[in-house]
Amino acid sequence: MIAIKNLKVDLGDFLLQDINLDIESGEYFIILGPTGAGKTVLLEAIAGLHPVLEGRIWIDGREISRQSAEKRGIGIVYQDQVLFPHLTVEDNIAFGLKLRKCPRGEIKAKVDYMAEIVEIPHLLQRSPAMLSGGEKQKVALARALVIEPEVLLLDEPLSALDPETRERMQGELREMHRRVKVTIIHVTHDFEEAVALGHRVAVLNDGEIVQIGSPEDFLRHPSSEFVARFALSRNIFNGKIGDTEDGCTFVDIGGVRVMAITELRGEVRLSLRPEDILISKEPFQSTARNSFQGAITDIADRGSIVYITVTLPPDFMCLITRQAFEELGLRKGMRIWITFKASAIHVF
Amino acid sequence: MSKTGIRAKLHSMNLVFIVLGTVILLFIFVPPLKTIFSSSPGTLWNTLLETEVYSSILLTIYAALVATLVGLLLGVPLAYILARHEFRGKRFLEGLIDVPIVMPHSAVGIALLFVFGSRFLMGKFLNNIGIGFVDEVSAIVFAMMFVSVPFLIDSAKEGFKAVDVRLEKVARTLGASPWDSFFRVSLPLAWRSIFSGSVLMWARGFSEFGAVYIVAGHVPFFGYHPVAAPILVTELFESPGGLGAAQPVTVLLILICLVAFIVLRMVTSKRAKI
Repeated sequence: MIAIKNLKVDLGDFLLQDINLDIESGEYFIILGPTGAGKTVLLEAIAGLHPVLEGRIWIDGREISRQSAEKRGIGIVYQDQVLFPHLTVEDNIAFGLKLRKCPRGEIKAKVDYMAEIVEIPHLLQRSPAMLSGGEKQKVALARALVIEPEVLLLDEPLSALDPETRERMQGELREMHRRVKVTIIHVTHDFEEAVALGHRVAVLNDGEIVQIGSPEDFLRHPSSEFVARFALSRNIFNGKIGDTEDGCTFVDIGGVRVMAITELRGEVRLSLRPEDILISKEPFQSTARNSFQGAITDIADRGSIVYITVTLPPDFMCLITRQAFEELGLRKGMRIWITFKASAIHVF
Repeated sequence: MSKTGIRAKLHSMNLVFIVLGTVILLFIFVPPLKTIFSSSPGTLWNTLLETEVYSSILLTIYAALVATLVGLLLGVPLAYILARHEFRGKRFLEGLIDVPIVMPHSAVGIALLFVFGSRFLMGKFLNNIGIGFVDEVSAIVFAMMFVSVPFLIDSAKEGFKAVDVRLEKVARTLGASPWDSFFRVSLPLAWRSIFSGSVLMWARGFSEFGAVYIVAGHVPFFGYHPVAAPILVTELFESPGGLGAAQPVTVLLILICLVAFIVLRMVTSKRAKI
């Protein structure tokens, strides 16, 4: 396991401090935070790429705080464009093994095995310039994993990908983690990605960790306004896929069955943006497939916008403008209708 | 853009600019081309066979090459530091590196004598370890290096800057020491810039007159006593033969620089493709 105690890193124009983390072996740990929160600095400090000013880091009881990067056994994968452009895919993956002076046959076997794991054996002879974004990320993963690191650091690994590839890579990351069982620390600014992948999540803001917990903890008990804003940016539900009808799929989310569009089966998660939910006093005719009645259980006034919690159950977080809020004359306890399109639901 | 769009623009400002541009292009191209085309290949060949000429050209090629190699050894590490690190006084230092470009070259020669002349500390030290300075090949090398090394440092620095620092970081996590990451990642990725900087440095050193003229006249060189080629041209020009006597050697020098220039273009145009 990885233990980080009172870590402090000073980059002159940026200060990271009071970082305390305990990450279990084999855990998929997420560090969530907005741009400029210090996520990359934290990862690079763990990897040994920034000098640690104060505090200590251990991996399985072995202290690595003062060890140089090449001796730590920590792999890193960045967001984009970080394959060695002068080497083929095969030589990229073999890079770390060659530095370790592995015998040729062993290098070949390990590279082939990793290429198999990330499903790129057909790309080995290519130049990185000839790869798509998703393929590049797979090569970067293979390159980091082939040296069997104890910890794998992922710095916004999905952010540079198009939405479709991102979704697929998310599944592949989960699958890769299941097979390789490496401890992963993954930083992202995307709450949905954090919930989809993380066993536990730490929220980082302005160089400090503001909350650590399971994805559910964040949804139920955000510790601060800042965390709440992150968490409330989406309604997240656990669901079970049911029947399909006219290209739409029923998903049971504990209480109600909503219509969504997905190819997935079994246990899933759903997300829905608060601003995609329409609120009305009466049910109304529209092309939207989902319409439910519930009671207003909470109203959070944010100035020009208002967050409204509507309980069916489950709870739906809705976002409306102050003007609409006043025109409808909404009050706590009032029963209203919420309506949203099947296509507004993201299943993952 | 449509064809009419281009034609419409030709009638306005662009036309004036094209005319002005053509004037400066002719000014650049006509003198060397006229010099080259008004000489006959036979004369050139015979000139090249003269001891005084070929020993001078070989000396100049050799000295510029040695200057460039020393420049590589000492300049590339500095370029890397400047590309990778921020520190107080860095901009001042970068300005300082380019001073040789703007200094009068005869002044460079004098300044070098003040340090490396046999009366001075550095000159005495070099003398003691067997490197003479005044009127030796080493003086030519030093003069060339002084005026030309900024081209190499600047170009190498830009080359290193263009290498994503995260590539070096990834290399480190994969087990590379700082040395490994420099030689396996940074250097291979910056080599085109370093090479084109070297060609520039070599060509600039090869062409140097002022500084070389001050520190070295005829120098011992593999049993000959040549002067550096740009000085030879001046000596011939000042001889009774005048312009006509200087012309063949001048053409040879222009052709040598053209070859270097073509090599440079070939390297840089390949870089554009990647």
